[in-house]
Amino acid sequence: MTEIGKLVRVAGPVVVATGLERARLYNLVRVGRRQLIGEVIRLEGDEVVIQVYEETSGLQTGSVVEDTEAPLQVELGPGLLGQVFDGVQRPLPPLAVKDGKAFGEPFIRRGMKIAALPRDRTWQFVPVVAVGDVVGAGTVLGTVRETATFEHRVLVPPGVTGSVTKIEAGEATIDEPVVWVGDEPVAMMQRWPVRERRPAVRRLDPDAPLITGQRVVDTLFPVALGGAITIPGGFGTGKTVQEQSLAKWAAADVIVYIGCGERGNELTEVLKEFPELTDPRTGGPLMDRTILIANTSNMPVAAREASIYTGMTIAEYYRDQGYAALLLADSTSRWAEALREVSGRLEEMPGEEGFPAYLPSRLAEFYERAGSVQCLGGDREGSVTVVGAVSPPGADFSEPVTQYSMRLAGVFWALDTDLARRRHFPAIHWTRSFTLYDLGAWFDNHVAVDWEEQRRWALELLQQEEQLQSVVQLMGADVLAPTEQLVFLAGRMLREDFLQQSAFDDVDAFCPLDKQYQMLRIIRLAYETARRVVEAGTDPERLASLSVLADIARMRDWPPDEVGKRATALEARIIDEVEAV
Amino acid sequence: MTGRGLRVVEFQTVEYVSGPLLFLEGVHGVHYDETVEVVTPDGELRRGQVLEVDRGRAVIEVFAGTRGLDVASTRVRLGGDAARLGVGLGMLGRMFDGSGNAIDGGPPTLPESFWEVGGLAMNPAAREHPSEFIQTGVSAIDGLNTLVRGQKLPIFSGFGLPAAKLSAQIAANAQVAGAEEQSFVVVFAALGITHREASFFRRFIEDSGSLGRTVMFLNLADDPTIERLLTPRVALTAAEFLAFEKGHHVLVILTDMTNYCEALREVSTAREEIPGRRGYPGYMYTDLASLYERAGRIREHGGSITQLIILSMPDDDITHPIPDLTGYITEGQIVLSRELHRKGVEPPIDVLPSLSRLMNAGIGGDKTRSDHREVADQLYAFYAEGRDLRRLVAIVGEAALSETDRRALAFADDFEDRFIDQGNANRSIEETLDLAWDLLEPIADSELKRIHPETIAAYRGRKPATSPNS
Ligand SMILES: Nc1ncnc2c1ncn2[C@@H]1O[C@H](COP(=O)(O)OP(=O)(O)O)[C@@H](O)[C@H]1O
Ligand SMILES: [Mg+2]
Repeated sequence: MTEIGKLVRVAGPVVVATGLERARLYNLVRVGRRQLIGEVIRLEGDEVVIQVYEETSGLQTGSVVEDTEAPLQVELGPGLLGQVFDGVQRPLPPLAVKDGKAFGEPFIRRGMKIAALPRDRTWQFVPVVAVGDVVGAGTVLGTVRETATFEHRVLVPPGVTGSVTKIEAGEATIDEPVVWVGDEPVAMMQRWPVRERRPAVRRLDPDAPLITGQRVVDTLFPVALGGAITIPGGFGTGKTVQEQSLAKWAAADVIVYIGCGERGNELTEVLKEFPELTDPRTGGPLMDRTILIANTSNMPVAAREASIYTGMTIAEYYRDQGYAALLLADSTSRWAEALREVSGRLEEMPGEEGFPAYLPSRLAEFYERAGSVQCLGGDREGSVTVVGAVSPPGADFSEPVTQYSMRLAGVFWALDTDLARRRHFPAIHWTRSFTLYDLGAWFDNHVAVDWEEQRRWALELLQQEEQLQSVVQLMGADVLAPTEQLVFLAGRMLREDFLQQSAFDDVDAFCPLDKQYQMLRIIRLAYETARRVVEAGTDPERLASLSVLADIARMRDWPPDEVGKRATALEARIIDEVEAV
Repeated sequence: MTGRGLRVVEFQTVEYVSGPLLFLEGVHGVHYDETVEVVTPDGELRRGQVLEVDRGRAVIEVFAGTRGLDVASTRVRLGGDAARLGVGLGMLGRMFDGSGNAIDGGPPTLPESFWEVGGLAMNPAAREHPSEFIQTGVSAIDGLNTLVRGQKLPIFSGFGLPAAKLSAQIAANAQVAGAEEQSFVVVFAALGITHREASFFRRFIEDSGSLGRTVMFLNLADDPTIERLLTPRVALTAAEFLAFEKGHHVLVILTDMTNYCEALREVSTAREEIPGRRGYPGYMYTDLASLYERAGRIREHGGSITQLIILSMPDDDITHPIPDLTGYITEGQIVLSRELHRKGVEPPIDVLPSLSRLMNAGIGGDKTRSDHREVADQLYAFYAEGRDLRRLVAIVGEAALSETDRRALAFADDFEDRFIDQGNANRSIEETLDLAWDLLEPIADSELKRIHPETIAAYRGRKPATSPNS
């Protein structure tokens, strides 16, 4: 018999119950007549403090609270891809169905219950083990076509070992046993408590990049597969577009996109767009590799907190199958604010800016769940790359969430309000951003031998331009030497013709690595050629109006399959035109 | 506004009264968030709402204020129901107070049903992505920060800047090309604004002949402060009824949200909560989102809710928590500039910090024109450069400028004088874009880096047919 207690206090998303003597921390409870979902977050004498994942309006003191005696868990199995869930994994489209109409109930009502994964759908289970095989946690028992192109691997759940005694191949629902290990039946679906990291054999050192097709990212501030990125930026600086671009173009197998305390329409946009976009890696719809977790700003604040863990656990589950998962969280600040709001209701001692003292450790737990691992139960490697957007109040990066995240993530893409206002996108600032991953060797080996050297040239030139800019601000352009004036010309080409990249341009939204390399090579070549003629006495002003500059600006329109040819032609023209001056 | 509780229980156990709050003890079975009736010692009825219940104690916020309440004889009636608004088509053309009671002396509005004013979160999977272009007649908006039906867009204003005029102009001129229902039903919510401002708006609506398609909810500067927390919710409930039940396209104007936020702060202070930035409560983001997210469209439903939100930036500071949190929730912002206003530019919209996040969904060949995106990008690039140069010239003088720099400077001036400044003119999108080409006319093709050569070839040389300024 589960234990039943009584509700004694309601204050926003936090409620208190008494009479639940056996309740454990993080147990899931059902609150009130409508059985709202809640989670125990503190035990204090006979008081059990609960955060409620649904709207608490209308809850009445004296109502029943029931302990389910289990923690908040997610359902893991085929059927996750292409779905959209709320923060506690309720699938959103079925919630909208009413009276046979797909959108008959467009508002989320309290106490709606529905299983995360459909129980009536069947899947074709293809075993890869045989009776008698000895298996352990993580061993692949068989596969399922989860989408037209995605092979879902059914794993032995952690904690189960033994030899296979029986197999049932063929059609099955996710909760019917398909393999018996000893006398333990194993189904395609397993559950996992969201706040617990899923086990792996060991962590691997990151050594390969996650290719994104964005020049400023791949060339200047690349991220390792299994790495962690933090993207701080004021409103309108491009955090969401950046995350959506990664969701579209990054070379990952599975995308988990968490809309955490942000706009409803942004998820609607993904839901509308992704099924129509083609995944260049599989030829199938992009939605087929995507899982959305939606807990928008007007949805219950506590579920915002849970949504991050729900998404992370799902990403780890695909990692464990041997895939590269990419987890995008927009925005971690809203998650931190949910912690703050709940902490405030608990009247805990506030730390910096009212955030609870445990904010840094919670953030650390989040970013540390990123990683490349050797998976349990076989010779597979998988990864979870984590991207967290941060929304600093007043775009001031000195605030706690930005500061702690910066220390934890390996890549920092600083989005700049001034760049965004002048519509320089992506507004990733070239001198305030950094990457700690040393991926130069990979690029040198896989794209061009002088990739890293060229990258350093670009970074240094941008740095130099910034320094000269402050000189000009003080003393005017007259004081510059002719070669210094050229730094401005090159800086401008780098900024406008290379770093800027519209997420909405059909051709330019994704830029392959060899095109990135060639574009940068051309700009450097133009600069160095110009430098030679200027050193020989030519006035740099005369170079500013060369018509070839317009062609450099249009390199972004080059079709990917013509890059080599176009680059060679442009190179020749640059040398001709510049030397003719 | 009303509550419809069946079993009303009355308590005369006020423990104490503090600021806008009333603390009641010895109660049981109280529903969190329920609406209550407070009976003053003089027998007057006031609405309140339960903010917290803790065993036998309830914290109640009294919308009309706690003046005149006492401990001994004040009574509180609990009915267990959430605050509701009687909604019906009879609301059209009518004027209500900030709680939803008719104040125009007209006949009863005959509600069709009673809706909870708190609203529910729209299921993101049931939303329709907004994408229908609204022509407002204002170039800085239509050309560069395009508004679409179902968007929530604030105007960041400052003391003395003409936000009211701009929003009234938009309400009067807004139209959706090719749509069956061209114009909007307007729901206007006044939040602590003056009588003068409210009657300015009312006159404007009257003059445009659309009073019959307008519903007004007024909480004015001298009305109870805490009622302001209710007013936008009441207005949005009316809007939801008109939009999603009756299929109208509704434009909600909320003005001025800064006053709303002050009221929120007042309640938070009275509850002795840990203050967030500049004394505003830590949950202000969530609270504002619960209003702003009520804009939008629903799949397979007819109507829409577009929100125009006016707020005054204290000290013209865009990093102040009110504009900051708003900007984090809304789908862009229109920012008014004191400097442009001083120069006489009307409307004084500073396009650089302005943004419409839904612009891309609402423009292009099938909606506005195929050159729209590129032209807008190009105007932005040149104007931003010109603005930079202005700053530079202020420091080092104009002598040091190159020929290109001078042209960029001239462009910025021209852009403000001719494109942004339009007085009362109502420009079509064609006129706006043609005017943009006219501004770009002196600039060589090779410098129009944001525009594809094919687009240049197709549109170069256009000029607006009519005189764009009135
Ligand atoms: N890479 C990009 N290319 C083109 N436009 C962009 C890009 N990134 C951002 N933008 C523009 O900036 C706007 C705001 O971006 P968004 O990602 O929504 O900002 P944030 O999430 O930081 O508030 C977008 O609506 C779009 O117009
Ligand atoms: Mg965003």
